[in-house]
Amino acid sequence: MNPILLTPFDLAIASVLIVLDGVLSLTLRLGLHTQLAWAAARMVVQLVLIGFILRLVLAISSPLATLAVVLVMVAIAGREVAVRPEQRLGRFGNYAVGASAVAIATFLTAVLALTTAIRPQPWYDARYAIPLAGIVLGNVLNGGSLALDSLLGSVVRERAAIEAQLALGASFGHAMRGLIGTSVRRALLPAINQMSAAGVVTLPGIMTGQILAGMDPLEAAKYQILLLFLLSGGSGLAAVAVVYLAAMRLTDDRQRLRIDRLTAKARGPRP
Amino acid sequence: MTGNTSPAVRERSARPSAPGEGAAQLRIINLRSRLAGPFDLTLHPGECLAITGPSGAGKSLFLRMVADLDPNEGEVFLDNIERRTLPAPAWRRKVVYSAAEPGWWHERIADHFTGEATNFVQTTAPRLALAPTLLNEPVVQLSTGERQRMALIRTLALHSPVLLLDEPTGPLDEHSTVLVEDLLRERLAAGIMIIMVTHSAAQAARLGHRHLRMENRHLIPA
Repeated sequence: MNPILLTPFDLAIASVLIVLDGVLSLTLRLGLHTQLAWAAARMVVQLVLIGFILRLVLAISSPLATLAVVLVMVAIAGREVAVRPEQRLGRFGNYAVGASAVAIATFLTAVLALTTAIRPQPWYDARYAIPLAGIVLGNVLNGGSLALDSLLGSVVRERAAIEAQLALGASFGHAMRGLIGTSVRRALLPAINQMSAAGVVTLPGIMTGQILAGMDPLEAAKYQILLLFLLSGGSGLAAVAVVYLAAMRLTDDRQRLRIDRLTAKARGPRP
Repeated sequence: MTGNTSPAVRERSARPSAPGEGAAQLRIINLRSRLAGPFDLTLHPGECLAITGPSGAGKSLFLRMVADLDPNEGEVFLDNIERRTLPAPAWRRKVVYSAAEPGWWHERIADHFTGEATNFVQTTAPRLALAPTLLNEPVVQLSTGERQRMALIRTLALHSPVLLLDEPTGPLDEHSTVLVEDLLRERLAAGIMIIMVTHSAAQAARLGHRHLRMENRHLIPA
């Protein structure tokens, strides 16, 4: 493998495309150029920064530093899961649910991959653990936030249906069964789409990157297969963890529906 | 479910002359929450308590507290059994709340009735002027009044000793109202207890043995 290294000048040339987008936005009056510039600038700063941080962490090669980086990533992903839904669980419930579900799903899938399939020495080697946790987190975040948004939204919408079942003597778990199933299903759809489209509609990012970096395409495909299994598994785990953790917070010792623990997100003035 | 009600019925018929002494009664003691109460009352077998009062006075809140659907404190006894000693679903099957706007969770009406309830709804629907073919319709196809009566049948199918009915005939015409009241009277004669919220003073007088008024989250004599 001999990756072709990029120079800042190469990147500057590619950035012309973004400038072109900006010019289009101005001429067509799309009003997107400021957002576009900010997003591009953020992306560059974030990626260069994480590049430096990872270089540092790889150099230290201390399990504690690796763990710290992964925990920060989990916290950020957990926050993303928490803020997506329109509905909020009281006492920072969304954050607790989001962070624990993301952590459970990511650790389980990443540790499984590191100890069985990839097996670096040691298994927590930062060069493998951090990128793997990162890509799993991205998908876990998606699955988790879809599941949480779907569950909380449908609980508010279907309140009368849930309470009718409770009033007739159904257990809370039984009354919630339909909504829980729908929420997990919704959260898993992107993962299913991603797998069905892989290689046909899209050449997945990891595979593209590895081929560009000089790896044999078949070897790159094997890595991609492993990763898609991990990502889909992670999404599923996160979705299931999110809905059960959230459902537990929506009831109490008398199996009531505690809709009073939900508040709608305060929305700013609409544009 | 029928097995749950029969001891209560037997108890009552054993002492028909002293309904207040029987064990088969509903006793509500210092029932209160942040939002309403305190409430104290006792109901005897075969008795119907009618509650009227302005909207937002706390009528539904009270029924929901008795069914333990909303957080609350205080004690409620049925047949000298305190509800906290039972799992909440078991309590709610005995003391069943029927909302003013009942919810549905399956597509078709029939899917809401399983086991013995399937036979029950087929025999009871015609008594409330509901065509049995309605059972195969999607819930949204039924009128508000039809849904209301179907929901009542759903509740009655549990054969519970206590019914908490929130405006059971709210959206019904006069004829259907009479049919519903007949059915409820039959159940009362068999020994069940009903707490009924209604906006109609006439209905309160027709069906209720007692009549209380909810005002500002408190029950007062009507």
